[in-house]
Amino acid sequence: MPEGHVPTAGEAIIDREGLQALLDALGARGFSVIGPRIRDEAIVYAPLRNVADLPEGWTDRQDGGRYRLERRGDRALFGYAVGPHSWKQFLFPPRQRLWQARRTEAGFDLLEEPPPSERWAFLGIRACELHALAIQDRVFLGGSHPDRSYAERRRDLFLVALQCGEPSGTCFCVSMETGPKASSGFDLALTELLGDGSHRFLVEVGSRAGEEILAAIPHRSAGEADRREAEAVLDSTASRMGRTLDTRGIRELLQDHPEHPRWEEVATRCLACANCTMVCPTCFCSTVEDHTALTGESAERTRLWDSCFSLDFSYLHGGSVRKEIRSRYRQWITHKLSTWFDQFGSSGCVGCGRCITWCPVGIDITEEVRAIRSSLLEPTHA
Amino acid sequence: MRSPDPFVPSLFRVDRVRRESADTVTLGLLPIQGEIPAFRSGQFFMLYAFGIGEIPVSVSGLWGQGPLLHTVRAVGPVSQALCRLRPGDTLGVRGPYGSPWPLPQAEGGDLLLIAGGLGLAPLRSALLPALAERERYGRIALLYGARSPADLLFGEERSDWSSRDDLQVEVTVDHASPAWRGSVGVVPARISHTRFAPERTHAFVCGPEVMMRYSAAALLGAGVPPARIFLSLERNMKCAFAVCGRCQFGSTFICRDGPVFAYDRISRLLSLREL
Ligand SMILES: Cc1cc2nc3c(=O)[nH]c(=O)nc-3n(C[C@H](O)[C@H](O)[C@H](O)COP(=O)(O)OP(=O)(O)OC[C@H]3O[C@@H](n4cnc5c(N)ncnc54)[C@H](O)[C@@H]3O)c2cc1C
Ligand code: SF4
Ligand code: SF4
Repeated sequence: MPEGHVPTAGEAIIDREGLQALLDALGARGFSVIGPRIRDEAIVYAPLRNVADLPEGWTDRQDGGRYRLERRGDRALFGYAVGPHSWKQFLFPPRQRLWQARRTEAGFDLLEEPPPSERWAFLGIRACELHALAIQDRVFLGGSHPDRSYAERRRDLFLVALQCGEPSGTCFCVSMETGPKASSGFDLALTELLGDGSHRFLVEVGSRAGEEILAAIPHRSAGEADRREAEAVLDSTASRMGRTLDTRGIRELLQDHPEHPRWEEVATRCLACANCTMVCPTCFCSTVEDHTALTGESAERTRLWDSCFSLDFSYLHGGSVRKEIRSRYRQWITHKLSTWFDQFGSSGCVGCGRCITWCPVGIDITEEVRAIRSSLLEPTHA
Repeated sequence: MRSPDPFVPSLFRVDRVRRESADTVTLGLLPIQGEIPAFRSGQFFMLYAFGIGEIPVSVSGLWGQGPLLHTVRAVGPVSQALCRLRPGDTLGVRGPYGSPWPLPQAEGGDLLLIAGGLGLAPLRSALLPALAERERYGRIALLYGARSPADLLFGEERSDWSSRDDLQVEVTVDHASPAWRGSVGVVPARISHTRFAPERTHAFVCGPEVMMRYSAAALLGAGVPPARIFLSLERNMKCAFAVCGRCQFGSTFICRDGPVFAYDRISRLLSLREL
């Protein structure tokens, strides 16, 4: 929905009640609001209606292969980083019927899927996630055959961005130049302010639709002190990144070293479980399954998330192309950080850290790159 | 109005079936509604068999000359289901996709078509238009290898080709039968038996990947420039328009940037194991 129009009205301030009014206003306009909630000891993205549904007072501790929720000492509503979910599940569902076929006298007929029945508002989409969304837009909509179901779900989105106040131990958006500040691509953006003994949110407007909603909820205009506090939040986040990745010449670094011994080494640790690709907000690979009803009268095709870590992914009659885990890990990281530039004009990694946190053995994309880079800097003994 | 859904095929009816060998048939397909979409030699369609699945299959005929022709070898569930279709049966068809054989670029020089096994099907779609406009090319040669004499495709048509004096046809098999009088051995070995002027030759190669590597090496050895050698590659693919991610080969998507590639663009990628 953001149309690249940035009104000059300046920032506003809302309080907790204002945030509830925002949820209500979105609901009244027909949006189903999706936002962060606690499920199964993790913060995930799920439908919500009330401020009370948010993970108030919680934060997360993240490191390679580790994720744990902890209590904060305050009432922050957004005092944590990204969890195992990404927003891609809503636009590119993990399991989605593509169409159905029904037997007829003459052969069979095809039944297309109806347009989506819901319009979503995403509450708390972060700078790295807005970049991931823009990346998936290029993948699904930028080619010769735009993906209709993605386009229909994407078109009606309302985006309430969150300016990050709490990076995790695996975040590296600063290295990827995707955060922590969201500067465009949203309808509204919130910065949570906890200072001064008053809990409030600075609201930036990114579109006409955002402007319209803000006008409908109680707010006051932001003062100099509010603005300074919001800037300090982002500065602090930027200075506390858990990881860094040196991206200089990274496209060549990976494409030029397909036979580097590090691929063998990482393959001894990688389980090819595909967790990293499932949690990644930009990974888009899929497979298709066909099912027939028992009577044989109808059939359907379903698209499912798939991963370059599965053997089946590269199956050709006679066997898979990427038999070894070495080849599959190399494919994944080379695609993310290198060939993605050739294909879609940007990196395929936004530095969200999910693949590091959710890898059961803690394999770290930043560490793998560092290992390859530093091995090339070592003096060679000729 | 909703935009079209690129995953939804059009319905076609089988107009005719021609058996080519024990495991291979050529299907002639006509749309139930509308026209056959315009396609070029070397491109492919996705063919859907009810309830079983959908696979990429190259065109083996020409656009504007009767039904849409696909030659299919039964190797697994979907290709077997397609090979079982009878005239009058319905199937799903979407396409065309991918890059064509660069025939216009080859005009004015010699043309070598090198086929291994089923690779003859997509190369038939390059040979027919070249023969139809024979005067536009210098020498034309077809080099074709199959596992055994019983696996050779397009029998009648091939004897017509062999009897032409403006086309050199070299056929070879891996395993001869007692009655086989032709040559035995791999296709690349026939290159040295073929008359062409390397510096003004275009070579189109389609077959198993190993056979294409050896053919490319032999062509380079004979002096054909790498930018004029074209290979048609295969990878697993589900969408055919670069969103399922499966057919990636280095930076390329084989469905979109291929299947037909100039050798100079992919020679490095081809040399990497398990890419
Ligand atoms: C661009 C292109 C053109 C092709 N042209 C032809 C043709 O003209 N005639 C023909 O008979 N075959 C052709 N093939 C190969 C054909 O697509 C496979 O034989 C077919 O996918 C096998 O599917 P299956 O279900 O019968 O067998 P299985 O071997 O059981 O395959 C299971 C699945 O794996 C994938 N798969 C297996 N082998 C291949 C393969 N070689 N290429 C791509 N995906 C594969 C498919 O998704 C398939 O459904 C072409 C492939 C490509 C990529
Ligand atoms: S590769 Fe890892 S850090 Fe990069 S966007 Fe994907 S999940 Fe996040
Ligand atoms: S890198 Fe980690 S998360 Fe990814 S496939 Fe290997 S073990 Fe699984």
